[in-house]
Amino acid sequence: MAYSEKLLDHFKNPRNVGTLDKNKTNVGTGLVGAPECGDVMRLQIEVDPVTKKITEAKFKTFGCGSAIASSSLATEWLKGKTVDEALAIDNMAIVEELALPPVKIHCSVLAEDAIKGAIKDYQAKNGVQTAESIVASH
Amino acid sequence: MGQRLIYLDNNATTPTDPRVVDAMIPYFYENPGNAASRNHPFGWAAEQAVETARKQVADLINVDEREIIFTSGATESDNLAIKGVFEMYKRKGDHIITVKTEHKAVLDACGKVEKMGGKVTYLDVNREGLIDLGELEAAITDKTVLVSVMWANNETGVIQDMKAIGDICAKHGVLFMSDATQAVGKIPVDPKEVGVHLMAFTSHKMYGPKGVGALFVNRKNPRVKVTSQMDGGGHERGMRSGTLNVPGIVGFGKAAEIAKAEMQQDAERLSRLRDKLEHALTSMLEESYVNGSRESRMPHVTNISFKHVEGEGLMMTFNQNIAVSSGSACTSASLEPSYVLVALGLGDDLAHSSLRFSLGRFTTEEDIDETIAKVAEGVNHMRDLSPIWEMYKEGIDIDAIEWSEH
Repeated sequence: MAYSEKLLDHFKNPRNVGTLDKNKTNVGTGLVGAPECGDVMRLQIEVDPVTKKITEAKFKTFGCGSAIASSSLATEWLKGKTVDEALAIDNMAIVEELALPPVKIHCSVLAEDAIKGAIKDYQAKNGVQTAESIVASH
Repeated sequence: MGQRLIYLDNNATTPTDPRVVDAMIPYFYENPGNAASRNHPFGWAAEQAVETARKQVADLINVDEREIIFTSGATESDNLAIKGVFEMYKRKGDHIITVKTEHKAVLDACGKVEKMGGKVTYLDVNREGLIDLGELEAAITDKTVLVSVMWANNETGVIQDMKAIGDICAKHGVLFMSDATQAVGKIPVDPKEVGVHLMAFTSHKMYGPKGVGALFVNRKNPRVKVTSQMDGGGHERGMRSGTLNVPGIVGFGKAAEIAKAEMQQDAERLSRLRDKLEHALTSMLEESYVNGSRESRMPHVTNISFKHVEGEGLMMTFNQNIAVSSGSACTSASLEPSYVLVALGLGDDLAHSSLRFSLGRFTTEEDIDETIAKVAEGVNHMRDLSPIWEMYKEGIDIDAIEWSEH
């Protein structure tokens, strides 16, 4: 399987590898996947309390090249976005950007899930009601 | 780019030995005949060449040349043996016994037998990759017509106790078939000595060309017959019709002759290199495990799991110039990891983390030294990226986490 230059670049020079302090209230952590499925992604965001923009994003991924590239790309896209803008990131945009082959589409889905997971964690810590929870409470 | 390419995927296929290619070339140009043309010199030359090759192949496994049926490869030979025996011996019984770690050519042919109304028992293996002889014997019934056990496993190189299995089959009067694709030409294989009655193998795993293989069919005590799966001109004593692949067969014969002469020295050299590779990687990298028996296995193969690193991702760190293979799901269209490693009781996570290194006649010490360095670097790089490695290092029990399935 021949991969795109962009994918190989993200794989060889992954951006934003690392760990944020998950105990900080303005840090959200998303951990998705399972070791027995061959993919585990951990994606973290740090949100500026004043501007509400994502100032830092870090990841670590156990997985194939496409999974690593998808999460690396996701962290790049997250920085500078508001939480709402981040929620709008769609897995198909990752598929297009990295030219993922059909068998690797699940890697982009996992990256989207990791973004959503990180945001959900951040919102829960900060008492932000999500659209779902607002509906549910009525 | 522009780097030296290192090929450590010889269990997938071996490069053709230049001496084999030289032997084949005249059968494209000077001798283009059909071995079945009985009435002119072109046919006679082709037939002569095929019979010489048949003798060379038979000599490698110490059988009579009349017991060699040429096919297109081991997959066809496995199909012919399993379906052919099932159809031929229907009146005697309808039960076949095989093993969960067999090659797909055997497992899927057995699946077809089940669709045709037969019954198949799939034996488990232990952590070493070996079957339990007591379980095998207990599985034999008066309806059992065939036991099919591979000589050496393609993923782990584990060699089954062929003599003990052969003795059990003989005691119960059951035919014994073996897919010996990975063993023939690399270690001494003598089907008659261990009581194997049908044996599938192929040229391209022993430095011969692709597209040609053989099925050994025992001729005496017992005289084994198989129902042909390919109907036509009645070639190969009616068991496999189709014009013989003369250049391929000539190459197969030459490859067999070379293997017989050089097998021992190749095996000694490769087992030393394999041990060096295995020892270096497992001692440099913590949490790395050799899969399958280390006592009963092929000299040129090692299968190692590097915990908390995914195999395909790992391969991508060095696959610009080093070729190996992985039991990771991500190398195939399915998302399931290697069923062979799972059958060993490895757990899906360790199966995803495995690499198979299979050395060959053209592997050099320099290849191994470079592979050790590049793989170690790759594993360390991937572990730096791995969240579960980080958790492991922090002392978190990974098995206790409730993972989200996807």
